[in-house]
Amino acid sequence: MNELPQQLANGLILGAMYGLIAIGYTMVYGIIQLINFAHGEIFMIGGFGALTVYLGLPSGFSLIAAIPLMIVGGVIAAVAISMAAERFAYRPLRGGPRLAPLITAIGLSLALQQAVWMWYPNATKDRSFPQFEGEAFDVLGATIQRGDIFVLIVAPLCMLALGLFVSKTRAGRGMQATSQDPDTAKLMGINTDRIIVMAFAIGAAFAAVAAVAYGLKNGQIGFRMGFIMGLKAFTAAVLGGIGNIYGAMLGGIVLGVAEALATGYMSEVPGMELFGGGAWKDVWAFALLIIVLLVRPQGLLGERVSDRA
Amino acid sequence: MTALLEVEDLRVAYGKIEAVKGISFTVDAGQVVTLIGTNGAGKTTTLRTLSGLLKPLSGRILFEGKPLTSIPAHKIVSLGIAHSPEGRHIFPRLTITENLLLGAYLRNDKAGIEKDVQRAYDLFPILGERRKQAAGTLSGGEQQMLAMGRALMSQPKLLMLDEPSMGLSPIMMQKIMETIVELKAAGTTILLVEQNAQAALSLADQGHVMEVGKIVLSGAGSDLLHDESVRKAYLGED
Repeated sequence: MNELPQQLANGLILGAMYGLIAIGYTMVYGIIQLINFAHGEIFMIGGFGALTVYLGLPSGFSLIAAIPLMIVGGVIAAVAISMAAERFAYRPLRGGPRLAPLITAIGLSLALQQAVWMWYPNATKDRSFPQFEGEAFDVLGATIQRGDIFVLIVAPLCMLALGLFVSKTRAGRGMQATSQDPDTAKLMGINTDRIIVMAFAIGAAFAAVAAVAYGLKNGQIGFRMGFIMGLKAFTAAVLGGIGNIYGAMLGGIVLGVAEALATGYMSEVPGMELFGGGAWKDVWAFALLIIVLLVRPQGLLGERVSDRA
Repeated sequence: MTALLEVEDLRVAYGKIEAVKGISFTVDAGQVVTLIGTNGAGKTTTLRTLSGLLKPLSGRILFEGKPLTSIPAHKIVSLGIAHSPEGRHIFPRLTITENLLLGAYLRNDKAGIEKDVQRAYDLFPILGERRKQAAGTLSGGEQQMLAMGRALMSQPKLLMLDEPSMGLSPIMMQKIMETIVELKAAGTTILLVEQNAQAALSLADQGHVMEVGKIVLSGAGSDLLHDESVRKAYLGED
């Protein structure tokens, strides 16, 4: 049996999730040069927000109808926490040393994990997340679970919407201007504080969508789920060229596919028999990052701009 | 008649270092006023304070009689002050058209904006030929034109130009200065900061010479141009 279509499909599903989360890292970095290490936890909180909505629905409510509501719930939770973090944790440190917000982000990441662990009912262990019943689909030789269809549809739609927003709307242009030259953006009348909030909010919303996808795929969510997914998504953002939204999505997909292929095929490479399978996939993901950074430090779509002064 | 812009005993500091040490001047509507002086005289600091990018230690800034000092930078442009900053600071990865549209960020009159984009292209035809090009790929002089065109897009009552001739070839500098004359003829009020004293004074109604944070000499542009001490210090004559 030829496994290639299956591995590619697995990689694409995982990569689309990475990409959605990576948007949040890349947008915030692009505007205030902060690596928001708490973004993985924003993703996690999006998952719990969605789960909360699901649990509040009457029994017998169909999952397909519940999903839009769950997305709304997840987005509201993630955006609210993210905006609060920006306002009360990061903004007071703006203009200070670069290390201060970075350390704050790490602290916030731990605090959010612990808050969910302590206060969300029964969240000390993984909580089960609803899943679609029924047969998997067969697409070009790959088996795709029903729940995985979600991310394959939603991720491109999200990217399309973001692309249009950034390039066609006034606020989107304001966002680009702020990321390129914040002081001059102010001279244009752009309220850069508001643009920064917007970047956090969009990133959080995308992370919440990814969290719904994650829950549907894995059937469970937990307070620690943001750590490794966040790290991978950050890797994807750097891989694609941090600051570039299309780079984030591309980086996510490249990373996801590379992981899937390494999982599937590394054991067949002579001499590498020990290093195949799922246990080593993170190693290959980060090895790929190191290689890309050696060859192309600005990332796949990153540009080294020679801004003439 | 009250002045469009009144600056009174303005002091600005970076930390403990005072860059502007109590200057006062006015700009009347329709005038071109220039601040000249060497590097570090406090000219750019003055403009950045007028734009709200820097907060003054003390002093008053009145624009159309209203105090500016407590207004955040992003609200200044809506009052009618446009600032073309030192070093041009165009948005390098946006196109020329997008840069111009950002100059009209707060305007809502779509037709008027389009008309003004066209006017910028009429003023600087080279920009019109390259409207889809990323601004970072333009030459220094073209970037300067773009920065000026962008500042005009807000339909300012006061246009502040910081070192528009910096780093430009003599021909390009000539072109920029001619444009300023054109704008002046059209009635634009301009506050011009320049190191090129000759060029600035020859087109200014009023000139102020700044030295280490203070205005040391003021007068009509043509008077300063012929002032012996100015000629010695800034026009390279001995």
